[in-house]
Amino acid sequence: MTGVSIVGVGMQPFGRHAPDFTGMAMGVEAVRLALKDAGVGWADIGYAVGGSNVSGKPDTMVSLLGLTGIPFVNVRNGCATGGVALATAANAIRAGETDLALVVGFDKHARGAFAARPADYGHADWYAETGLMITTQFFSMKDRRYLHTHGLKDRLLAQVAAKAFRCGELNPTAWRRTALTEEEILSARVINPPLTQYMLCSPAEGAAAVVLARSDRAADMCDRPVNLAAVAKRTRRFGSFEVFAPWLPPDAGHSPSVDAAQAVFSASGISPTDVQVAQLQDTDSGAEIYHMAETGLCEHGAQQKLLDLGETAPTGRLPINTDGGCLANGEPVGASGLRQVLEVVLQLQGRAGARQVAGPPQIGFTHVYGAPGISACTVLTAGH
Amino acid sequence: MTPTTVDDTLFASVDPPRLAGSRCGNCGTVTFPVQSSCAKCTGSDMTTVELPDRGTLWTWTVQAFEPKAPYRVPASGFTPYGVGYVDLGEVIVESRLAGEPNGLEIGLPMRLVLLPVWPDSSGGDVVTYAFEPEGGAT
Repeated sequence: MTGVSIVGVGMQPFGRHAPDFTGMAMGVEAVRLALKDAGVGWADIGYAVGGSNVSGKPDTMVSLLGLTGIPFVNVRNGCATGGVALATAANAIRAGETDLALVVGFDKHARGAFAARPADYGHADWYAETGLMITTQFFSMKDRRYLHTHGLKDRLLAQVAAKAFRCGELNPTAWRRTALTEEEILSARVINPPLTQYMLCSPAEGAAAVVLARSDRAADMCDRPVNLAAVAKRTRRFGSFEVFAPWLPPDAGHSPSVDAAQAVFSASGISPTDVQVAQLQDTDSGAEIYHMAETGLCEHGAQQKLLDLGETAPTGRLPINTDGGCLANGEPVGASGLRQVLEVVLQLQGRAGARQVAGPPQIGFTHVYGAPGISACTVLTAGH
Repeated sequence: MTPTTVDDTLFASVDPPRLAGSRCGNCGTVTFPVQSSCAKCTGSDMTTVELPDRGTLWTWTVQAFEPKAPYRVPASGFTPYGVGYVDLGEVIVESRLAGEPNGLEIGLPMRLVLLPVWPDSSGGDVVTYAFEPEGGAT
């Protein structure tokens, strides 16, 4: 099968920007940076995929980038948009449609928790009008059930958040760059118990872009290309506990994160124990905890020991969310999955600055999860 | 007088309050609310059934901030409220939790009640379903 490599990355840092700086304009900025990083021009790109949840149709950005006539696919898969867009572009290269593809994601969200329209998710109006159907309720309830089932303490939620902000402090493009103690995190305003405000990521603004090439052409345009060893996306199966679910069956099933992670490890021939740097969906700090186990990076219940030993910090054995993750960067939904890929690419190339994992690492992993129960994962390896 | 509900399809009966679900004739899966096909076996042989009015708290939280629309703020203003999933045996149902959200814990016995949520056009209350601890709202 044709190999696919990442030869350029670009980002409009996440956070809050000027009111008149649109999500689409941020996307264009990220594209230009990624093209520059790859040393190619927009006219060289043969296929593009763009993702945005609320900030317009990505393919309309060709009016700013140049009307070259290329196929441009729009993706709208919630928080998993970036991963799905990446998979779509990689498949276009594998199918022989192009040698060089571009993936971009962007969004500009209003402040405060998301409000979803029931009809968009196949539900009747009562579900939201009566005060259910709020994403943060799901995060807190899945966290509580998970911690209860596996004998973990609420304090673990604060440990994960404190680690995220320590990483943010080391990342010049992070939104939240002030370290917080576990006590400060635990005593902060309660949003949905057991979650306080610092245990939940904030909707944000920003964009990220990635240039993909056929692996046999990648070395010509990039000193240190990163191989996209595998990428996969999955929807939920019966019985998994998902956001926006008025009911579940009593016999719990596993989440789509389990399926997507197994698919990329199987396809790449790489074991979860080989992973040297990982980016996991941390919409809230509990999500990072259960995603560690759902993706196979650790056993269920082993998270407490890993956090206590600092193993998931950039200096640990299994560095997770080294750029501060969603907690320190916020979440422009369409861009978030590509930020993860960008961070792992920088780590594998040794370009991650103060948060650089020693080595540099050779094998990375990314995982996004979104409503109403979708996941996309990648395995990335350093090129030679 | 039987109160107006937020959505009549949620209820097998309003007085006494009982929730309506669907049972799959092929694999036995029970859903809430009623639906026309089975999420497990993909079949469409669904029969409406009355769900148990008692169960145990499976997980819970408190909605501590006022949600954005389409949430409808009560006439008396927003106050924090409990939300949980209640295990009814064959199905686990998401629900508002009635009463002050204190003393909640996983495994707590719960019972079905009606919860007023906003006024109807004739000065009465529109009700939704909720669960409260067996010993009464805490």
